[in-house]
Amino acid sequence: MTGWRIRVALTIVGVLALAALLAPWIAPFPPDETDLANRLQGPSPLHWLGTDHLGRDLLSRLIWGARASLAAVAAILALVLVIGCVVGITAGLVGGRVDAFLMRVCEGFMTVPTLVLALFMIGALGTGLVNVVVAIALSHWAYYARLVRATTVSLRNLDYVVAARIAGLTRLGVVRRHVLPVLGGQLAVLASLDLGHWMLHVAGLSFLGLGLAPPAPEWGIMINDARPFFRVAPMLILLPGAAILLTVMAFNLLGDALRDDLDPALAGHAA
Amino acid sequence: MLHFLARRLAGLLALLLVVSFVFFAMLRLGRGDPALDYLRLAQIPPTDAALAHARAALRLDRPLVEQYLSWLMDALRLDFGRSWFTGRPVAEEIAHYLPATLQLAGAAIGVMILFGVPLGIWAAVRRDRWPDQVTRAVVFLGVSLPNFWLAFLLVLLFAVTLGWLPAIGRDGPASIILPAIATATMSACVMLRLVRASVLSAMGEPHLRFARARGLPRCTILGRHIALNAMVPPMTMLGLHVGELLGGAMVVETVFAWPGIGRWALLAISNRDYPALQGFVLAMTAVFVLCNLVVDLVHAWLDPRVRLGLPA
Repeated sequence: MTGWRIRVALTIVGVLALAALLAPWIAPFPPDETDLANRLQGPSPLHWLGTDHLGRDLLSRLIWGARASLAAVAAILALVLVIGCVVGITAGLVGGRVDAFLMRVCEGFMTVPTLVLALFMIGALGTGLVNVVVAIALSHWAYYARLVRATTVSLRNLDYVVAARIAGLTRLGVVRRHVLPVLGGQLAVLASLDLGHWMLHVAGLSFLGLGLAPPAPEWGIMINDARPFFRVAPMLILLPGAAILLTVMAFNLLGDALRDDLDPALAGHAA
Repeated sequence: MLHFLARRLAGLLALLLVVSFVFFAMLRLGRGDPALDYLRLAQIPPTDAALAHARAALRLDRPLVEQYLSWLMDALRLDFGRSWFTGRPVAEEIAHYLPATLQLAGAAIGVMILFGVPLGIWAAVRRDRWPDQVTRAVVFLGVSLPNFWLAFLLVLLFAVTLGWLPAIGRDGPASIILPAIATATMSACVMLRLVRASVLSAMGEPHLRFARARGLPRCTILGRHIALNAMVPPMTMLGLHVGELLGGAMVVETVFAWPGIGRWALLAISNRDYPALQGFVLAMTAVFVLCNLVVDLVHAWLDPRVRLGLPA
């Protein structure tokens, strides 16, 4: 039943990832090659999707734009999973005061609206794509740490885990053999549901001018760049936005399908 | 009820204290020398004497905890210092810009409820028939739309092409419609799905059989026995989504030239205006936390189990 959704989602993400990886070879023009004589052109055999206000090829910039967006989302995913697992497993296994302290910290981070927190972090760290990634990861890890901790605690006292401990398995061994495999499925569901959300955050912060600096080809920046030409050339805003929409839809489709497959108890809940 | 309120308030104050300290430390330990930023924004040449003077004046030469305590003492009197960029008190600037953002977020909550609740109930009542299928597709699209892009689409359709609504500015009640829709769409879609799920689970309750056996009309059952009971989870979600709405409002503001706190915050970020950033994050957190407190109070009023601290 859900097979087609996963296939469609993975196909779209796969095509985008390929476009991102192969951008230097498949993009018809360099993304920053300006051609002021042919600015704001409509679609033509030479420029399939037309050109922007500096005469840059829109299709090439869209292809290159997949790079920054996908790389940013992948980096956020990695950061959130690492921080969430380290904090959550530590809190769950060590327990006591360490657990109480770490969970208070999580609560603190969850008290602040995520985008506000991300904006504040960028204020503290400075602008740039790396800082945008760090800021978004830091405003989301707490939800993961809480889930990981809850699972770790519930596993810690199960008979077979206690038996493994008595048989001489170290704490790290328990994590590797018994905790991480269970967490894998749960984290896959939670993270795939969040990928689209992060993508929207990255695009929004880039649109606000806090990510990569303007000449760089990135979907959010392209939309911001095209604002003065909104009425003459709406395609310059519509197409990068459609690229964001397509990517986010693919992520959400993947998330919904994984949730229904791996976590039947959650199936049918709010999107 | 008073006891419940007091307990919640004490917890919130403690949390705000911790959060404010973490933020204070983050700004001070972050990249760069605050004194340099201060001199740059005040347009004073960064000589050694000027730097030393700025450090002393800003108390940057003191230990972190001492700096924080003196900031906290001022903050308790609602004095968040002066913006390094404009030189005006941060509290005044927030009071100037925040209402427009709150107005936008409030209108967005209205859109969420107007869109999410009736359609959610409709989708639940007509489960697996066309209303359910159509809203499912709309929701899937809605949660994937970038809000700032949706804002451009709305302007293109309703302001440029049809000319029904103003494209930018904050001028009269009509001007808030498009920004509110752009801000609310994602949360409204989540709301719709949650209302649907919640109504469906309320429809399975055994007491409905008795209501039907008593011969109550269908609309009474739906309105009083199903819909009202089903509103608790969506209300909790509304409180949590206030954060989403505040963040979304700040992004959407830039498209509609809505004079809210978003642009002011962006200026503070690009200028590394420390007192402004600190005041900004604290004000937004306070708004978010207060909204959730109100939601908790309504929840406790509706559900005695919550009020008495019993397991639900």
